[in-house]
Amino acid sequence: MNNNAETKKKFLNLNCEAETNNIKIEIRRIMSKQLRKRGVVVGLSGGIDSSVTVALSQKAMGKDRVMTLLMPELHSSVDTLDLSRMVANHFGVQIIYEDITQILEALGFYKRYNAAIQSIIPEYGKNWKSKIVTSNILESKGFTFFSVIAKPPEGNEIKKRLDLKAYLEVVAATNFKQRTRKLLEYYHADRLNYAVAGTPNRLEYDQGFFVKNGDGAADFKPIAHLYKSQVYQLAEYLGVPEKIIKRPPTTDTYSLSQDQDEFYFSLSYEKMDLCLYGKNNNIPAETIGSLTDLTIEQVQRVYKDIDQKRSTTKYLHLPPVLIEKVPEIDI
Amino acid sequence: MNYIEDINKFIIENFLFGDENDLENDASLLENGIIDSTGVLELISFLEETYDITIEDDEMIPDNLDSMDNINNFLKKKLSD
Repeated sequence: MNNNAETKKKFLNLNCEAETNNIKIEIRRIMSKQLRKRGVVVGLSGGIDSSVTVALSQKAMGKDRVMTLLMPELHSSVDTLDLSRMVANHFGVQIIYEDITQILEALGFYKRYNAAIQSIIPEYGKNWKSKIVTSNILESKGFTFFSVIAKPPEGNEIKKRLDLKAYLEVVAATNFKQRTRKLLEYYHADRLNYAVAGTPNRLEYDQGFFVKNGDGAADFKPIAHLYKSQVYQLAEYLGVPEKIIKRPPTTDTYSLSQDQDEFYFSLSYEKMDLCLYGKNNNIPAETIGSLTDLTIEQVQRVYKDIDQKRSTTKYLHLPPVLIEKVPEIDI
Repeated sequence: MNYIEDINKFIIENFLFGDENDLENDASLLENGIIDSTGVLELISFLEETYDITIEDDEMIPDNLDSMDNINNFLKKKLSD
């Protein structure tokens, strides 16, 4: 193993056995002492985070006390359902299928989303596909902004910057998806007297990559302290099916396939993990640069962007803010 | 032409809800917590609509937009083109 590989391993290596045991004990304590719930509901996305959350919940509570939900919609990728089902069957937990397309129709999601895109690309219409991408902080020292990439049924992709109104409308409409899924998770949790597990990893939690009262809502978040690379290590240890482990991280939110790095982080999770670890542990940009093939200036830009995202998304973590503290309510 | 007064008025009305502040003209709007990434988009909308200009992607940089002085200089250059 070369020096770089050894250093990376040293930074993010996880003792999977000890960590699994610790999370298992904590989940059992949280359920019995804090939440007083009898089981766990997890929304499955076919991705690594929700799969590991199911595996850990099953270890902690037993397979009969874990309920998974499959909640596809019109724009979900075709393999999401198969992969989610595979994970649930692999860990022997229960499955409920809830297609949310009709709920989103009733909310006017598809119409609202299309109208927002049409305000930027008037010809956008039926059978077109689209996604939102962020400007790349590695390539430019400019402010972050978002663009839409739209693809007609035949022909080339069109890319245009979103103005303020279109950007806010697209985000607001798209958030219907995460909030609708959470609505159903809580419906099933309430009727079963279960708790809802949130599935963010540390990168997502730290950088505010979630929807407030959408995927950000949960009763507990068992992997929010783990870097994404560590979630992958746990997945191997817990025996998550290889197809899930090999699937590239995707948001599965837009009709065109979209990686997390083009939507939010600007670089792969492996590099982003190292940058976040480096920043959290005061490791010089030069060291992180040599591990990630980024220049010192690029690492510094990522460090700055981490701070900026923390500041911009701080309100997502906040509970409702009170004018005065109510001292009798001790949270 | 000096645009500082217009910019300052927009910042006070839009981001500070009319509360006066003692922000220096060369102070960073981002670092002083006046604007965030959505705030930058609001600022760009304001500039494009008020001065009938189009701000290109590569012009969305702190050197052009992160202080009242920078915005003023950027506008002067943009409007003289």
